[in-house]
Amino acid sequence: MNTLTGRRARREPSKVPYYTILLILALYSLGPLVVVMLNSLKSNAEIGRNPLGLPLSPVFQNFPDAWSQGNFSTTLVNSTILTFGTVVGVCVIAGTSAYAMARLDLPGTDAILLYLFVASAVPVQLFLVPLFFLWSTLHLTNTRFGLILIYWAIFSPLATLLLRSYLVGLPRDFEDAARIDGASELQVLLRVVLPLSWPGLLTVALVSGLAAWNEFLFAITFIQDTNLKPVTTSFLAFQSNFSQDWGLTSAAAIYIILPIVVLFLLLQRRFISGLTAGGLKG
Amino acid sequence: MAQSTADSTAGPAKRAPAGALKRRRLLTAWLFMIPLLAINVLVILGPSVATIYYSFTDWSGIGPAEFVGLENYRELLADGDFWIAMWHNVIWTLLFLTVPIAMGLLGAFLLSQIQRFQIFFRIAYFIPYVVASVVNAALWQNLLDPDRGIGSALASIGIPFLDGVSFFGSERLALPSVAFVNIWAWWGFIVLLFLTALQSVDHELYEAARMDGAGRWQQFVNVTLPGIRPTFVFVVLLTIINSLLVFDYVYIITRGGPAGASEVVGTLMWKQAFERFEAGYAAAMGLGLSFVSGVIVLIFVFLRRRGWEV
Repeated sequence: MNTLTGRRARREPSKVPYYTILLILALYSLGPLVVVMLNSLKSNAEIGRNPLGLPLSPVFQNFPDAWSQGNFSTTLVNSTILTFGTVVGVCVIAGTSAYAMARLDLPGTDAILLYLFVASAVPVQLFLVPLFFLWSTLHLTNTRFGLILIYWAIFSPLATLLLRSYLVGLPRDFEDAARIDGASELQVLLRVVLPLSWPGLLTVALVSGLAAWNEFLFAITFIQDTNLKPVTTSFLAFQSNFSQDWGLTSAAAIYIILPIVVLFLLLQRRFISGLTAGGLKG
Repeated sequence: MAQSTADSTAGPAKRAPAGALKRRRLLTAWLFMIPLLAINVLVILGPSVATIYYSFTDWSGIGPAEFVGLENYRELLADGDFWIAMWHNVIWTLLFLTVPIAMGLLGAFLLSQIQRFQIFFRIAYFIPYVVASVVNAALWQNLLDPDRGIGSALASIGIPFLDGVSFFGSERLALPSVAFVNIWAWWGFIVLLFLTALQSVDHELYEAARMDGAGRWQQFVNVTLPGIRPTFVFVVLLTIINSLLVFDYVYIITRGGPAGASEVVGTLMWKQAFERFEAGYAAAMGLGLSFVSGVIVLIFVFLRRRGWEV
């Protein structure tokens, strides 16, 4: 009897310790974010008395205050323009080149793939300094377009590699049929390949959109004009002006977190597969 | 264009002959490559090559660059701030090679053993990774505040040892504290990389190990670890490279301070270029840093070629 329960215990170990540790790790990950949410509903005086607990007398004034003092009506527009500009550009740039390599029998594809691997792994520090002074000569610093151009360049190598491997996995029969019917390469791309490749494009769009929304180094280097800053670098300036007012900075943080977390929760499988594939190839 | 006697197998006269069709495809292919290659040359390749040139010059960023040969590199080798920053990168690398990888392995292993709520935990661990670094930094600056943070909250319930500790303001604690914040945001990503690898390990191997009487720990060491070796090696490489090039969290939280106590090469180089306007010197620093990370990648490539199965 004893040996029987012993064997059973070994075969089907209790999951309680597993769940306990997993729960502690989840508290560690989410706890700070929960505290930000709670603090955004507290007055500054209440945070002083009660920095971590539930808001005892919730106030919502922090949200309109942070919105106007943090210049969010401008910076959220800037971040949206940067993100959408990046996503559209990266999808076009990576889409056309991935198609050329996967389908149009481009000579030298292997060499280009190797170059893209290297380009996606090149440290920012290798090209940052001359790039900045090139951009100021071309009057591209302090412009959203100048920053979008940089994002196109740094996100498209990995996006091309991802899309190419996606396209290689698609059947060619439909394209060949369209070509026999006399379709041009552009028509084949737009009418046949594009409708089939939207899952790959969506992954690329999510990964590069997330990277553009959160990007910090180039944003802080290339944009000093407060009216052109994205939410990230603008938040940094806001936070150093109001470092003692946690209610206000917490509400501002919520504005930055919310769009990303909602999108992430809606599309988490695609996000995770795209980001881990990107990590594994990068 | 449509008529070619050589193309006798072609059907309708409207179709282009095979040769022209092939040429047209080739032309289209290169046309499709132009945006990618042009933007890449403009932003990455051109400036990277320029870095090599400027690293041999005295250049403020504006105006002409004066060629000074190896002067910048001589200065770099003798620059105490640079070596201190490099040492901080080494400490950072060691922290990131141990803490997040151990936590990532633990989290992934436990997740692979459960079915219920697995999605919940995966999302929970991953969320900090998708939140902007400025926000993550700000919330930890609040939580670790000496007067109103976790320390004082613990003190009020009778655990006083963290009370009044200035994590980001003390020279001794600044670097590990910034690393702690970055690790918090980063480890969930490692969990998912390891979890993907774990799920591809053959279940029969675990079955066989259990038949042989292996406990949980023995199963982990003898089945799990060998099964995920390629991912493990990749994570190690990614960790080393990211640690060498780290910028965001250090710049945001401490700007390298106090008194250079958390300065890393990434932030030092940025200051040289954009605050002290020593662009030529910063170029030499950037090239040095890129050289080190390039050598590390090559070592991994070499080991892989030697049949290390990574």
